[in-house]
Amino acid sequence: MSTSAPASSRPGASGARSAAVRLRTRGRPQQRGAQSGITPRRSVLLTLLTGLVLIYSLVPLLWLAINATKTQQDLFNSFGLWFSGDFALFANIAETLTYDGGIFGRWLLNTVLYVVLGAGGATLLAVLGGYALAKFDFPGRRAIFAIVIGAVAVPGTALAVPTFLMFSEMGLTNTPWAVIIPSLISPFGLYLMWVFAAQAIPDDLLEAARIDGSGELRTFVRIAMPLLGPGTVTVALFTMVATWNNYFLPLIMLKNPDWYPLTLGLNAWNEQAATAGGEAVFDLVITGSLLSIVPLIIAFLLLQRFWQSGMAAGSVKG
Amino acid sequence: MTTPAAPATVAAAASPWRLRSGRSWMGWAFIGPFMAVFALVFLAPIAYSLYLSLFQDRLIGGNTFVGMDNYAQALTDTQFWSALSRVSLFLAIQVPIMLSIALLVALAIDSGRLYGRDFFRISIFLPYAVPAVVATLMWGFIYGNRFGLVGNINDGLGPTVPDLLSPDLVLASIGNIVTWEFVGYNMLIFYSALRVVPHSLYEAAQIDGAGQFRIITAIKLPAIRGALVIATIFSIIGSFQLFNEPSILQKLAPNAITTDFTPNLYTYSLAFSGQQHNYAATVAIIMGLITMVIAYAVQLRGMRKDV
Repeated sequence: MSTSAPASSRPGASGARSAAVRLRTRGRPQQRGAQSGITPRRSVLLTLLTGLVLIYSLVPLLWLAINATKTQQDLFNSFGLWFSGDFALFANIAETLTYDGGIFGRWLLNTVLYVVLGAGGATLLAVLGGYALAKFDFPGRRAIFAIVIGAVAVPGTALAVPTFLMFSEMGLTNTPWAVIIPSLISPFGLYLMWVFAAQAIPDDLLEAARIDGSGELRTFVRIAMPLLGPGTVTVALFTMVATWNNYFLPLIMLKNPDWYPLTLGLNAWNEQAATAGGEAVFDLVITGSLLSIVPLIIAFLLLQRFWQSGMAAGSVKG
Repeated sequence: MTTPAAPATVAAAASPWRLRSGRSWMGWAFIGPFMAVFALVFLAPIAYSLYLSLFQDRLIGGNTFVGMDNYAQALTDTQFWSALSRVSLFLAIQVPIMLSIALLVALAIDSGRLYGRDFFRISIFLPYAVPAVVATLMWGFIYGNRFGLVGNINDGLGPTVPDLLSPDLVLASIGNIVTWEFVGYNMLIFYSALRVVPHSLYEAAQIDGAGQFRIITAIKLPAIRGALVIATIFSIIGSFQLFNEPSILQKLAPNAITTDFTPNLYTYSLAFSGQQHNYAATVAIIMGLITMVIAYAVQLRGMRKDV
């Protein structure tokens, strides 16, 4: 990560930087980043203290995983943080996937549809827009930036009621489009791509391509897009989480359970126990919850390297 | 945020291709799609709710222009104000706790003194990938007396833990869920900012005799001030928007969480149970304004040099 240009545009950083210069001239020759000369001693006490937060973060997930292996009877009768009775995980998964005519699979496919079109579209729009803001000077550029940054502060739910009324007049409610279209906009994603594109694409490279007669679209696809990789993965992951976890938007837009995403479906199963004559399916709620978080956790673990460098770039600008 | 002084602008303007034609409309080809959807899902709804807030649907006379009547009604609406004071209390207690834990963990991980640093970083971040629905159901079950951990503890040791889903404690219980969901996310923002502070600064300070605590207060915290401000603003917005967790918990704690528990729950029930679209839009606009004013104030205060 280069720390040069963007860091200095942040007011807070200037003090620290001038201090850096001062201290450096007095101290030893400059050293870079993580390859520092002094390796701090590891501390058992600090590890244990931080371990408390680690336990706090992981215990509920552990509880979920353990209880997904229990039958509904054992759920009520056994200690929550240890296995008990039959190992019913696979029976639970089978039951979750087949219950109510296999509607869980339908919800899963809906979620995937919303993620692919919503988060995928949001990423594409953010990459294109961020590239434009970083590398072109066009009329209205400053205004766009101000409006979009202002929009980050507008509570999403404040927009929900009017968006619902508008969409219902357009005949879009109760269709997948009502969930996908609002998911296409990620002001934070645009902002992150803007910062990232400004650093990652050298202007000389674009000029050289233009002088060689490359069209703008071709330049973008062949030169800019490969350089924007880590930023794109970061935005993709965060919009994916936002779409996968979306609850409020589908809640107001969708009435038909056939179009529910997983989040709404799981909540409906949970509420079922509270309705008169409804069957309590807490074992399925727990197993379904576990199934619905596994794909995201895997995605985050596998793509660590990419999104962490992308986040680093975004936070520099902060 | 400073719009004009972006490094990219300067560089772009300096390119010969750009000088020849001055500003060009080419950028719009790339930002156009974003702005078109943005206008549809952001600008149009805002304009529409401003319009809605000026009307009332009356039994006699139908849709009538009422000027600021809806706003006047909201200002004296005790349900709205009690919901607002509830999320303000939530904000005042939960956000500082969450951000402090996140900051301490980020500093601990960045210090390089932990065993298994990478494992800490990824594990504490993981809850962010869990949907609010799943997080709330999970914690709701754990809180519960029937098959939750709290029930286990009470069975084993007698009734030691009070009912976490009772009206007195449910706000704290929600605070715990939100903290659990977002500690890791905020930690990662802070950690990413700390990473780019040149380590040579710390070494130089050490040579000058500065202790760890002094290095944190004099170098690390000022260097990541931007990240601190951003995280605070996002947390403020999140608190004022509180909806998912209480809405889902409602089924597990119907007596403790009313339909006007938070401003957003109130707006939601006004619009969808009460069919009072005009008044719901008014309440939403007032909440939006309050959020923006506070977020802006925090930003001005946080970005000032001499805090």
